[in-house]
Amino acid sequence: MSRLLINRRRFLTAAGIAASTLPLAGCDAFDGMLKNRAPVRDVLASANDLTYRVQRLLMDADRLAPEFGESEIRQGQRPNGSTEPTDPEYIALRQQDFSGYRLGITGLVEKPLSLTLTELRNMPSRTQITRHDCVEGWSCIAKWTGVPLARVLDEARAKPEARYVVFHCFDRMDLGLSGPAAYYESIDLIDARHPQTILAYGLNGRPLPIANGAPLRVRIERQLGYKMAKYISAIEVVSDLSPFGRGRGGFWEDLGYDWYAGI
Amino acid sequence: MAAAINDTPEMDVSRTLTIRRHGLATRLTHWLWALALFFLLLSGLQIFNAHPTLYLGQQSGFAFDNSVLSIGAVRTKDGVVKGTTTLFGHEFDTTGVLGVSGPDDRRVYRAFPAWLTVPSYQDLATGRVVHFFFAWLFATVFLVWLVASLINGHLRRDILPSGADIRSLPKSFINHLRFRFDHGRSYNGLQKLSYAAVLLIFFPLMILTGLTMSPGMDAAWPWLVDLFAGRQTARTIHFVIMILLVIFFVVHIFMVIAAGPINELRSMITGRYRIDGEMPHKEAGQ
Repeated sequence: MSRLLINRRRFLTAAGIAASTLPLAGCDAFDGMLKNRAPVRDVLASANDLTYRVQRLLMDADRLAPEFGESEIRQGQRPNGSTEPTDPEYIALRQQDFSGYRLGITGLVEKPLSLTLTELRNMPSRTQITRHDCVEGWSCIAKWTGVPLARVLDEARAKPEARYVVFHCFDRMDLGLSGPAAYYESIDLIDARHPQTILAYGLNGRPLPIANGAPLRVRIERQLGYKMAKYISAIEVVSDLSPFGRGRGGFWEDLGYDWYAGI
Repeated sequence: MAAAINDTPEMDVSRTLTIRRHGLATRLTHWLWALALFFLLLSGLQIFNAHPTLYLGQQSGFAFDNSVLSIGAVRTKDGVVKGTTTLFGHEFDTTGVLGVSGPDDRRVYRAFPAWLTVPSYQDLATGRVVHFFFAWLFATVFLVWLVASLINGHLRRDILPSGADIRSLPKSFINHLRFRFDHGRSYNGLQKLSYAAVLLIFFPLMILTGLTMSPGMDAAWPWLVDLFAGRQTARTIHFVIMILLVIFFVVHIFMVIAAGPINELRSMITGRYRIDGEMPHKEAGQ
């Protein structure tokens, strides 16, 4: 029977050897196969398609993200990403308090639009207190006011072949070695027509601040913050995302982030 | 010394019996979980590094303080940068491991060090890609295991502790302290209790707190946020259970080594396990 038992000294020796191999665990053994566009990485990233399909099955198109009471607004909305675009066109608009701003709605629509901020503010609005979830892991609750994107799309009359809405932005961000690139984002028509998807011009009862995306940013409450483009210059309705940026549907997507950010 | 505790093999053969211990479903799910949890841990720490602070509640306090754990780096008066870990307001110097790590000439300022993350460098996007792939594998294996264990009796027979198991817990505890282990077909009370905690509490909680962090799932299943009293609390619970699973893993590996690594490993690979003969626990051979 003693063969099945070992003394403490042997145990500690063996355990020590086992423990000493633990730090080898992470190291850099997997770095190569996980680089952007490496085959292994592409296989792993395909799980995002599965997540997208399953979440679409689990939630009705109009299922709302949780909304909160006024008492949950305990701080200002934390800005992230660009907080002060330096694009000359943007600076010129900003100096005129965005009076010269025109939101273009183009692409696969029957009636292309060009809307001023006043026209947008005069359209029926929606105000919602929602939780902003950043991909980094933090959350922040704030009150957003804007015009439902569905309303704007109805007015422009999206064509049947339309599949995505692309947001073009004034801000440029550093894309590594290839220098700065314009921020852009895209969503499917289900999220574009979702009741809480608004083109926001108000935050916590005041005009949208520069740091949070003035004059106009989108709220997509069932996805993460990086989908919610700030400083929107134009909206384009399309059937294919490959012509934009590096073809992955967004600034961060082009750098390796998932296109569907409901997770 | 070491040789003195080994009986001769001939004696051993006459007193032991080999049985089929673990079913195919148990063995297969065990190793798939091991693979998935390895990558989930290392990619999870990568994701944590993107915002190395944990909070309680719906949101993260920037204008107020609802943090419970924070890992960072601060520059001291004499210009040295040290890694700090703040737990419930108490600050600890964790230079070298948490906050600041790497060789002296190439210090990096990140919460968890390079050797604990996948990829080794800071890359949230890739951490998420790895994490969600293995999260799908982990959850799928969990469902397969649950169904198989209900059908083949593994759950009722081996995992759920019986009244007798609970009553024998003190004895089981003392035996473990004395490094005396049962080598029978069934698990002892302590084993059942720890496996039940891991499989029926920690694993489901890990999946549910993970889902609560998904804004899409919070819309689909709003009860998730209520269940855990907020997305940020769910994130904290996710982290705490990670720690508990790491502790389980360390104890699990030590027990395998202590109880006889070859026999234990074989039983989880081929299913064959050598059990004690008629007289369990005579004196150890010293």
